[in-house]
Amino acid sequence: MKYMRLILAHLLRSKRRTFLTISSIAIALFLFCTLRTVMTSLDAGIRASDATRLVVRHAASLVFPLPLAYKERLERVPGVERVSWGNWFGGYYQDPKNQFTQFAVDPVSLFDLFPELLLSAPQRETFLGERTACIAGKALVAKYGWKVGDVIPITGTIYPGEWRLTLRGIYTASTPDADENTIFFHWDYLNEVMPEPRKNWVGIYWVRVGSATDAPAVSGRIDAIYENSPQPTKTETEKAFQAGFIQMMGNVSLLLTILGSAIVFAIMLVTINTMMMAARERTTEIAVLKTLGFDDGLILRLVAAESMILSLAGGILGCGIAFLLFRRLDFTAGGMIPNFRMLPGTLGMGLLLAVLMGLLSGLAPAVQAARLQIAGALRKVA
Amino acid sequence: MANGIAAANGSLISLHDVHKVYHRDKIEIPVLAGINLEVKRGEFLALMGPSGSGKSTLLNLIGGIDKATRGDVRVAGESLGALKDSKLAAWRARHVGFIFQLYNLIPVLTAFQNVELPLLLTRLSGADRKKRVHLALQLVGLDGRAGHLPRQLSGGEEQRVAIARAIVADPTLLVADEPTGDLDAKNADEILVLLQRLNREMGKTILMVTHDPHAAERAQKTLHLDKGVLKS
Repeated sequence: MKYMRLILAHLLRSKRRTFLTISSIAIALFLFCTLRTVMTSLDAGIRASDATRLVVRHAASLVFPLPLAYKERLERVPGVERVSWGNWFGGYYQDPKNQFTQFAVDPVSLFDLFPELLLSAPQRETFLGERTACIAGKALVAKYGWKVGDVIPITGTIYPGEWRLTLRGIYTASTPDADENTIFFHWDYLNEVMPEPRKNWVGIYWVRVGSATDAPAVSGRIDAIYENSPQPTKTETEKAFQAGFIQMMGNVSLLLTILGSAIVFAIMLVTINTMMMAARERTTEIAVLKTLGFDDGLILRLVAAESMILSLAGGILGCGIAFLLFRRLDFTAGGMIPNFRMLPGTLGMGLLLAVLMGLLSGLAPAVQAARLQIAGALRKVA
Repeated sequence: MANGIAAANGSLISLHDVHKVYHRDKIEIPVLAGINLEVKRGEFLALMGPSGSGKSTLLNLIGGIDKATRGDVRVAGESLGALKDSKLAAWRARHVGFIFQLYNLIPVLTAFQNVELPLLLTRLSGADRKKRVHLALQLVGLDGRAGHLPRQLSGGEEQRVAIARAIVADPTLLVADEPTGDLDAKNADEILVLLQRLNREMGKTILMVTHDPHAAERAQKTLHLDKGVLKS
């Protein structure tokens, strides 16, 4: 600790340079945390997936619906315990900018298939009993300041018109990865408003199986039933479905990893250069310290500590801002990333990266300073 | 054996057949050639000679910041050539105080903090360090300017802070390389008086390199170095 004053005095020698270096590290690590949060948030659906939950959709594409008539047949497939269904609504609230997920669902079976959605018994009862009722996630309700009883107008894009839904319940998620940014409303309400050719069609079915080990066999059985029908199915685990959904955007994970790494690497090179310049400017002073009896190891530690403090300050600033911002921000990328929040693991990785940057950027100047020959350095000045 | 032969005959510094050769690419540049020197504890010695004669090199060897190519440099009982770099650094911290021509204070540290630097290497508590720094600054007449940065001090004051830094750890030997070379006559005189006091009142052994014959007159003895050879 007695050397801290010396280290800080050197860091504050050029306040502008120190500020710019810390800022560049902070920006790099903020971007790293942001990109990493996009990745982990996209994966939240995968993490929240239930291994005993299967998704049945049209074999050609999610765009094509399946007949409601499949429900009864699905319930009879050996291994299937419960079936639910829903249609992705794709509307917005008041303004096209206000995008979030809305699902028309069967309210009775919904909670059997998704036990992670927690709703109080009285609210559930009201929701089940009212055709135009809806429930919304706690985060979404907080974002728009809704309260139970409010009428929420949703403008449909796939199902045109204004749909007035009455908020009858606010659900919470029992796991941190489950989504609290969705509205669920009655599939029957949607279905009865549809013109005849669009009636009784379902976007996806959710199927509960007895155990995770049954999933492959049950999937095979379901797809075999409809193999030669006009609407063949593709059945997969919820996890595989979520992963496939993300892959539809291309190899986002790889792209984000490359981007994040490139940013951090570039900033690290800048920091190394800054630290080496700072050490070179202080050649005489380092020689004087050595003359006074500061040995090579101590000089190495002092110079390395400067880099470490710069990196950690940048890291705490960049990662801290990201952590605070994404904890409050209700960004959902137009409903594509409904559970956008920074995980503690990302914060840890960002800070670890800051430590690594500190070590790597401090290594070269510290070794250079430690190896400095006193007589030669003093001669150059004199 | 710690104090060795040098201590036995009263010498603080003992050099035997010391050579120093610098290498520039493949060219050998001999700087010191067969230096023999004995300096007694408590002596104030001036070292004179033309530029390039090897004065500063000799001072560096005695101060333990450079090593002889050949020969034995023994100071305060230690053969410096045998010490590893880390041991040599510790030896310097304990035995030698350095005074430079250009003061070489750390510009971002106050006078107090500059003087405190050698004490950071000791096990003294913060309170003890503070006491000793103020004592050293009082001795050079600058206690009232402890909080000033080097750029807020005059050249003479900077050199006095450098002297306070050199003596604060109570070293056996003070080595001064042209301590008045960058000062006007008045300030130079004050510094020389201060060095004389340190020698007479505190018994410090002082080895001073200078070009200035008036400065050399303050020493008890003057040695001349010419083309790497010592002449008394």
